[in-house]
Amino acid sequence: MSILQVEHICKSFGNTEVLKDISFSLEQGQVISIIGSSGSGKTTLLRCLNFLERPDGGVIRVKGETLFDAKDPSTLNESAIRKKRLHFGLVFQSFNLFPQYTALENVMLAKELLAKEQPDYKARKNEIHQEIQAQAELLLKQMGLSDRMTNYPHQLSGGQCQRVAIARALALQPDILCFDEPTSALDPELTGEVLKVMKELAEQNTTMVIVTHEMAFARDVANQVIFMDDGRILEQGTPEELFENTREERTRQFLSRFTEG
Amino acid sequence: MELFLDQLPIVIQALNVGFVQTLKLFFVTLLGAIPLGLLISFGTMSRFKPLSWLTKLIVWIIRGTPLMIQLLIIYFFPGLVFGVPIWGGGESGRFLAASVSFILNYACYFSEIYRGGIQSVPIGQDEAGLVLGMTKSQIFFKIKLLQMVKRIVPPMSNEIITLVKDTSLARIVALQELIWAGQAFMKGSHGISGAIWPMFFTAFYYLIWNGIVTVLLGRLEKKLDYFQ
Repeated sequence: MSILQVEHICKSFGNTEVLKDISFSLEQGQVISIIGSSGSGKTTLLRCLNFLERPDGGVIRVKGETLFDAKDPSTLNESAIRKKRLHFGLVFQSFNLFPQYTALENVMLAKELLAKEQPDYKARKNEIHQEIQAQAELLLKQMGLSDRMTNYPHQLSGGQCQRVAIARALALQPDILCFDEPTSALDPELTGEVLKVMKELAEQNTTMVIVTHEMAFARDVANQVIFMDDGRILEQGTPEELFENTREERTRQFLSRFTEG
Repeated sequence: MELFLDQLPIVIQALNVGFVQTLKLFFVTLLGAIPLGLLISFGTMSRFKPLSWLTKLIVWIIRGTPLMIQLLIIYFFPGLVFGVPIWGGGESGRFLAASVSFILNYACYFSEIYRGGIQSVPIGQDEAGLVLGMTKSQIFFKIKLLQMVKRIVPPMSNEIITLVKDTSLARIVALQELIWAGQAFMKGSHGISGAIWPMFFTAFYYLIWNGIVTVLLGRLEKKLDYFQ
């Protein structure tokens, strides 16, 4: 069974239909890349998965559990949504690190707050804190940031910030890690270091949904590529199918801009 | 000159007593208005429209009318109009009424500064907190509050410096604060009468206290410089 099933997701802002009947599924340990021009609905789709936007219609299932069903009001409850969000991690284009916390604290904060909800938190406070810190240090190390743990976000480069943000998302061990154009705010030099850690994550079979404009990367890392246009999934398939045996004229037109440029 | 030197210790002692009352009003106002302002700012930002309108109306009235009038109304209205002198008599009653007026007035000003501060924290901070499974109150207290505090220190400093001087308005309900203590020497107090210089001399108290306040707030601003 697929780890993620998205069925018939629709979303409008006012009279503008941003997502029109989006359906796809994702297998455990696989990577799906979503490409398409700006305004095609890619980001909105990710935001729907993370419950930052509420779809007008459709169903979202993770591991067979229905997290969202527009027809079932019991899945729309605000406090239940908070827990459901934890199935997903989201890495933002603009990092959104917490400026008053160090890199290490950024990675630890959410986990510590969640730990406080455990019944045995008071008794094991120090132990839990140690565990969370050890895990955060390990994650930052994996991101190549061992010597940056006590730095504040404004002391880090964009690429370093984004790697902290990836560690922060990974700290909660989400089932599916989503990336919203993670390198679009970076200059080309820094893009590489972020793509490198994402590639490593893919090699470790992290389940990921990646919205990106890095075509070479999408092709290289993804098991499946989705091309979105005007709120629809126009074409989807393996990277070979989509990039080499492109079916739709619109997709070919979009891709040509990258090969020519 | 000899007379002045004779009078000086007496005057200073009396002014000190007045200044203590000034300081009490200053601190009580801050202690009350800082949290009340936050509640009012939540009210004005509420998505529940009747609450938002009501608090905006209150802020409009309080900021739109002189603090001196508010003081007079709050002090005299309950007793004179409704026949219920809720503040009690004497200096403690005057202090209570003045405190309520000042807290309400300053809370309204603070609330607008807070609102600006809260709204200037990028929405991405909320979203990052949400996707990490935080509750709205965790996002406010753990993420946004300090960022907001950093942004509002300069405009708050301005208001707090104004408050130091505004405490003198409590003279209008005969609160025995610094100005009252200085003025008393004109008509006669502690065996001195017809002396106008003690009232002018009070200016030094405000000036020095504001100097201290400015330095302390400047330190706070510096302390928050560790992040951007």
